[in-house]
Amino acid sequence: MIEEVVSAHLPVGETLRIQKNRIEGAEPKKRRLAIVTGTHGDELEGQYVAWQLARVLKKRQPLLRGTVDIYPALNPLGISTIYRGLPGFDLDMNRIFPGSSEETMYEYIAGGIIEDIAGADLCIDIHASNIFLREIPQVRINEQSAEMLLPLAKFLNMNFLWVHSAATVLESTLAYSLNSLGTPTLVVEMGVGMRITKSYGDQLITGILSVMSQLFMLEEPCPPVAPPIVSTDGNVAFVNANASGIFIPRVRHEERVEEGQLLGLIADPLSGGVREELHSPASGLIFTLREYPVVNEGSLIARILGGAL
Amino acid sequence: MKRKTLFTIDAQPYRQPIPVYGYFFGSEEKTLAVMGAIRGDEFQQMYTAAKLVQELTRLEAEGKIIGDCGLLVIPCAGQFSMNVSRRFWPLDNTDINRMFPGYDKGETTQRLAWRIFEALKGYTYGIHLTSLYLSGDFIPHIRIMDTGWQENAEGLDFGLPYLITRKPRPYDTTTLNYNWQVWETRTFSLYTKATDFIDEKSAQEATDSILRFLTRHGFLKDVPLPEGEATQAVSEKNLVTIRNTCGGILLHCRPTSSQVQAGEIIANIVDPYTATVLEEIRAPQKGTIFFARHAQIIAAQTIVFRLIPG
Repeated sequence: MIEEVVSAHLPVGETLRIQKNRIEGAEPKKRRLAIVTGTHGDELEGQYVAWQLARVLKKRQPLLRGTVDIYPALNPLGISTIYRGLPGFDLDMNRIFPGSSEETMYEYIAGGIIEDIAGADLCIDIHASNIFLREIPQVRINEQSAEMLLPLAKFLNMNFLWVHSAATVLESTLAYSLNSLGTPTLVVEMGVGMRITKSYGDQLITGILSVMSQLFMLEEPCPPVAPPIVSTDGNVAFVNANASGIFIPRVRHEERVEEGQLLGLIADPLSGGVREELHSPASGLIFTLREYPVVNEGSLIARILGGAL
Repeated sequence: MKRKTLFTIDAQPYRQPIPVYGYFFGSEEKTLAVMGAIRGDEFQQMYTAAKLVQELTRLEAEGKIIGDCGLLVIPCAGQFSMNVSRRFWPLDNTDINRMFPGYDKGETTQRLAWRIFEALKGYTYGIHLTSLYLSGDFIPHIRIMDTGWQENAEGLDFGLPYLITRKPRPYDTTTLNYNWQVWETRTFSLYTKATDFIDEKSAQEATDSILRFLTRHGFLKDVPLPEGEATQAVSEKNLVTIRNTCGGILLHCRPTSSQVQAGEIIANIVDPYTATVLEEIRAPQKGTIFFARHAQIIAAQTIVFRLIPG
């Protein structure tokens, strides 16, 4: 059933509606899982997951216990305008939670979303990367919530669980706000902006079904999932460009590299020269790789997951 | 006055390296620094800083900067965006003023924030000429983040009509103002009336207010300036927010700075198809219009005004 979460009138003849697809099984009030995506308008990987998960669950409805709410678009105007942020607004949507009824329309909308999700047994907040970087399927967990979230995150069928340090600015994210309210929330990152990677989406759907079995929301055996690599910031090496130009990769995403290996070049098409050669600072797995070729000084090129692999 | 290139932004191969200049006055002491435009539409902030450079150049030549006072003005660090008509960093739309204190090995805007911050760190006083995330008209004022380290009383020395103190929200913790304070600079954000257009009167008022601050703290001598106003200190939490429930065309009835009475209509929301009034926005109490949204059309559930009560 399609339900309205929160809405506000736009200036000219249109209403901004945040909607969800509620799928109920037996004992609908006993358990609730929230699947949310579309906070950033250029992140579309979750669109496939929302669509396909709804189809999978409808087929399994006789086995379903509790309620699954799928929120496919927290930022519908961003998705419809191919815009990462909130059209006409300076702040990133994932920096205005838990929202407010005293500020702007978007903060009012954010407040309505939080109110609707709060109290769920689990929330899974699905992000793609932006248009610049390609990511392997991963779960990102703030170290403050790691103890609560890691046990469930391991069933999500993602390749990598990244426990990252707590930055004050992240306190205004959806995940932080919900975790603070006692609603466990896992953040998934996978793929690349403005594209859908079907294999990653299918992998996550298997993980969601697995987590649902763990939460006793599916009366069927837990589908098999591969154990993820669990890592902290200390195991992640960053490679940034030190010159502007065009990035030409010499490695592939998800490839294992050796320390010192050439990752790519910053090319200068004007002169035919090479402005910079970028080498891996560590041996390990390339879990993030630059997708968009134009780079400025400082642009992120790759993240390498090193250590015991 | 000495102009130094603080750093350059590498924009090769299709744009040339872009310099960011600092204008230094007086001694080598780090007394007061002023940051102008960081975002690409902060024309008023850049112009105000430029006027300050002009004034300080004249005052220095006249020997009116006292001996141990050292001043820095950075009119603009947003050229890369400004020259292509973008408010934020053009490649990824990130805001340098949400990247402080910056990181020298990080992403582009983190690196730029770090370089700006390296130039600004260590000053006793810091002034950021900045703009709000919502477009609108303000009464010119000084804003101080209430971090617990600030000296509110010094904000009165600018002689602007209001001093607003604000409890920082999480997204404020990456701004220049917040981090400057954390690094023990007494920091003020100075808001003029405008952002993306030049308002000469308000730019002059802001320039005079900085010179007044310097004079009142004994860093300038024998500088005749307008008296300034008796600054009223107001906590942001005491501002009265006036919001709308309908979307439509926004027609203001009263400009910023107006004294309004309780119940007075201060704006109308008008149906975009029939021009009938959908909503009368009324002042809930007597006060002064401190902030008015600058928008031709407006969505529902949004701030239209902020009022200083009384």
